[in-house]
Amino acid sequence: MYGLLIALAFVLSYLESLIPVFIAVPGVKLGLTNLVVLIAFVRLGKKDAFIINVIRILLVGFTFGNTYSLLYSLAGGILSYLAMLLLWKRKSFSLLGVSVAGGVCHNIGQILVAMTVLETGALIYYLPILMISGTIAGILVGILCKEVIKRLPRNLDS
Amino acid sequence: MKKNDIILILIILVISGAGLFVLHATKSSGSFVKITVDGNVVATYDLSVNQTYELEGYEGGYNILVIENGEAYFREADCPDLVCVKSGKIHKVGETIVCLPHRVVAEIVNEGEDAEVDTVSQ
Repeated sequence: MYGLLIALAFVLSYLESLIPVFIAVPGVKLGLTNLVVLIAFVRLGKKDAFIINVIRILLVGFTFGNTYSLLYSLAGGILSYLAMLLLWKRKSFSLLGVSVAGGVCHNIGQILVAMTVLETGALIYYLPILMISGTIAGILVGILCKEVIKRLPRNLDS
Repeated sequence: MKKNDIILILIILVISGAGLFVLHATKSSGSFVKITVDGNVVATYDLSVNQTYELEGYEGGYNILVIENGEAYFREADCPDLVCVKSGKIHKVGETIVCLPHRVVAEIVNEGEDAEVDTVSQ
């Protein structure tokens, strides 16, 4: 299950890089790989979700990106994981809410690192747009995740 | 979908909508464009002078900055994603164009604004 999910995250990252971005704001994307982290939350548990999250970021970062894109992804990934963990533990949110929180916090984390690296406070102007795009992406990924989990065979967990 | 999900989504949308409104309402047209590379201010250009500049990115690479009719934009660059070129024209105070691969930031500023103000606002 572990290897399968990481491989899936890897493929989804590549797939997403093929989708052209029409909006000229850096950082607007679907975040399809969050699907994998969500599945890990449901099927494996919070600790495994974290490990899978970090491994897929490192793997994708070393393959497709550079040191800085790795840093952005790591900040976004960890902040989004913490937000999802918080909502997941409270049990009063469905996967959709967890996914939205993850998407939004991923973008917030990336902006914070970009502000630090580039030493420009003015990047805060991107934040509202990135929060909205993160919400929409989170809703889509959340719906997708529910459907995938419904169809995922039970015996994969073993 | 649970009730809490909808509340969460609405709260996020309200916050970002308010943020968007406040940030746009407080903007005014600027008179200079400040260029920083890797966090260091390398140049400040007057927006009232139509001119084309070639900027050098961190660890090489170039971005062509054009100032035209009080607006600034990147016409050309050799970075892989070209987000800076797609970003379009800027002229309001605080608006930025960022080229992450070259670590180049173009920011619109006012005459009276100096580097100290920026440090505090961070």
